[in-house]
Amino acid sequence: MSTSLYATFTVADRYLGVPVARVQEVLREQPITPVPLAHEHIEGLLNMRGQIVTALNLRARLGLAPREAGAPSAHVIVLTDEGPLSLLVDALGDVVTVHEDRFELPPDTLQTDTRHLIKGAYKLDDALLLDLDLDRTLDFTT
Amino acid sequence: MSNDMDEIVQEFLVESYESLDRLDGDLLALERDPHSKDTLASIFRVMHTIKGTCGFLGFPRLERVAHGAESLLGGLRDGTIEVNPPIASALLATGDALRQMLNNIERAGTDGDEDFLHLVATLERLRASAGATAPNRIPATPPSPRKDAPVRPEPPQTTEPVAEAARASVADANIRVDVAILDNLMTLVGELVLARNHIAQITAASDHDPVWAAAAQHLHAITADLQDGVMRTRLQPIHTAWARFPRVVRDLGMALGKQVRVETDGDDTELDRSIIEAIKDPLMHLVRNAVDHGIETLEEREAAGKPPEGVVHLRASHEGGQVTIVMRDDGRGIDLDKVRARGVERGLLRAEQAKKLSVHDTIEMIFLPGFSTMDQVTNLSGRGVGMDVVKTNLGRIGGSVEVTTTPGKGTTYTLKIPLTLAIIPALLVTSGAQRYAIPQVNLVELVRATPEQIEQVHGAPVLRLRDRLLPLVYLASELGGEVAEATTHHVVVLQADDRRFGLVVDTVTDSAEIVVKPVGSYLKGVDTFAGATILGDGSVGLILDIIGLARRAHVLTKKQERELAELYDHTEETETTGVSLLVFSDHEGGRMAIPLELVTRLEEFPRTELEAAGPFPVVQYGEEILHLVDISRLMLDRRRTSRTDGLSSAGETLPVIVYLHEGRRVGVVVGQILDVVRHDLVELQPGTRPGVAGTMITQDRVTEVLDLPQILSDWDEDALAALTGVELSA
Repeated sequence: MSTSLYATFTVADRYLGVPVARVQEVLREQPITPVPLAHEHIEGLLNMRGQIVTALNLRARLGLAPREAGAPSAHVIVLTDEGPLSLLVDALGDVVTVHEDRFELPPDTLQTDTRHLIKGAYKLDDALLLDLDLDRTLDFTT
Repeated sequence: MSNDMDEIVQEFLVESYESLDRLDGDLLALERDPHSKDTLASIFRVMHTIKGTCGFLGFPRLERVAHGAESLLGGLRDGTIEVNPPIASALLATGDALRQMLNNIERAGTDGDEDFLHLVATLERLRASAGATAPNRIPATPPSPRKDAPVRPEPPQTTEPVAEAARASVADANIRVDVAILDNLMTLVGELVLARNHIAQITAASDHDPVWAAAAQHLHAITADLQDGVMRTRLQPIHTAWARFPRVVRDLGMALGKQVRVETDGDDTELDRSIIEAIKDPLMHLVRNAVDHGIETLEEREAAGKPPEGVVHLRASHEGGQVTIVMRDDGRGIDLDKVRARGVERGLLRAEQAKKLSVHDTIEMIFLPGFSTMDQVTNLSGRGVGMDVVKTNLGRIGGSVEVTTTPGKGTTYTLKIPLTLAIIPALLVTSGAQRYAIPQVNLVELVRATPEQIEQVHGAPVLRLRDRLLPLVYLASELGGEVAEATTHHVVVLQADDRRFGLVVDTVTDSAEIVVKPVGSYLKGVDTFAGATILGDGSVGLILDIIGLARRAHVLTKKQERELAELYDHTEETETTGVSLLVFSDHEGGRMAIPLELVTRLEEFPRTELEAAGPFPVVQYGEEILHLVDISRLMLDRRRTSRTDGLSSAGETLPVIVYLHEGRRVGVVVGQILDVVRHDLVELQPGTRPGVAGTMITQDRVTEVLDLPQILSDWDEDALAALTGVELSA
């Protein structure tokens, strides 16, 4: 029975995760420089130890309500072909072990326009962990 | 299996090609210095590896040749044979033969059917004739062995040590460094510059605590030196950018039935690697363009009395912190009339505009996208792509290109290029709550303007800056924000390509050296930003791409663009001295001019708006009443000849020059506003009648430059007299 490790985080009460292999690191709240004229899902740029990283607003990407002003946030830095990219999330969670046989496809009732971003759900003992399709999530510019 | 084999063969080919390239150099070095054990070992290794691998892969001919060479080299390595010219030649020939066979393997998969038996025999003969001991070598070459034996070793003893010492010192003074290491060093220096900026900010915040200040000052000095030093390591001679040109030009010339050669000067001029990379393609395009369009065919050159061979000359030199590259051809030059005609054809300008278009502006048109004057599109150039890309690419690295041309004599392109890109001086400004960096290379000057000073030309905001109209761009609105109300606007005057504009920002905070960092591909579509940098406080600041911004800001209606361009282009010529003159005609077509700086505004009033008030008509002008007087009438009293009064004869609207005379606005009605030109007032011909300061020639017509203050002062008295009913002039 195969298992894998997932880095988890929450976005507007959604409990989401991505494979740890795709995650470079996580950061607590960072000052962000907005980029005018950029794609609406781009939150801005942040300084990660001298390297400039683009932050993607995951709430916007998932079509969820914007974060309230002053609400806490955190960054999940994921590795992409174009270098690191930050997923702006509400809060960070633990790294959890998921079992493949406890995976299920998303229910048909899931909202349609961002449904393709969720691969499915892992049934954990105390919660449902949504498996975020990272590649599709990052493919928003086209 | 066969796939694996292919892969192995591929690897073998790549490795062998690389080794053989080194081999030539090593052999030449060995010839100069036969005692270098290292060089010999390196050559032996190459040959041994090739022999071993091709034996394994089954290339018998290749193996035989390599084996012959290896045996000979074995003798050399063991000291039983000494290198002499025949041996060096044979080994070089071996290299060529191996290359030829490798080529064959690459193409056909076999090592060919040539056996190089002669070469193998030569290698064997050299090895054998040299024998197992050194003395045996001697009879093989020199005619008189006994005499030669003591003589031959001597020159090496007398000359060699000196030469060796010199070579050794050169070798010691130069090392090869991986470019990646240099790039990394540059990045680290960039970080250091940022850290220094941060420290400087803390120091400033600490009220310049002397201890802190001294340490910060020290850090500043070291950083500057280090930055300079690392920058130097990345410099490469410009030769690397144009080394391929002679060959390209020769081939291209042949294809076009032309004879062209490339001459270069200043090959050693050094530039940062990244800049060299960036200018390679634009330069190549200019050179190809010169060969294709500039240089004439043999017959044309002969007819023009020129030498058959055309010349493309490249010269590079350092000039005041930047590099100037001048590319000159001795071809036919740019046919300006053709360019103008093409401009009209493409709807870029109207026929009457084309006639007036200056040489400079005409040449500028060749840099417009999709512009080509070639009647026939060749496969090499003339597709209308390229010249605009040349300009854009140079602009992106803060460079520029200027063109001058002499019909029949040739064209000269002058490129100005910055020395480096990685760390640039920049001006920091704020707009909204954000800070932005503007590369200093685009910066012309900083001015302030009150809201009242900002005027409109067809809805486009402009500022008068020393009698020139400067189009204004509000950074906040370009970036999709609101323009803040302010009592004073900060205007950053910028140069993008050949266009100059004023960028209105909230505040100008500082100038600083910034490190240009790439922003990810997610922001690629945003051409307003050239990159990002890390500011003194550690936050990210965006670097404005001035060309991108200008392009974005000029998304005006075609009409606005043209009108703005008309007003703007005429006043653009910074090189010429003198003052700007507004040229207009009276109602009989007489050309007159007044200094533009005297003009408050140019207006057009519908005839229906005229109202009678005393002897002179008036119009309502904002809150006040503007008195109108016709130019012909102003001049009438002076010439005492009958003239038509524009007020009673002209068309539906009256062109009016609004002029502030002794605190009062006066509207001077003219026939037509014609142009704005620059002319040196000192060079005027003396005037022929009162009120005329002098005459000059504009567009082949005599133009009178009026002394308007004097004329109006005189007229004032007349007007006063008219109003009070006293006839002074009678």
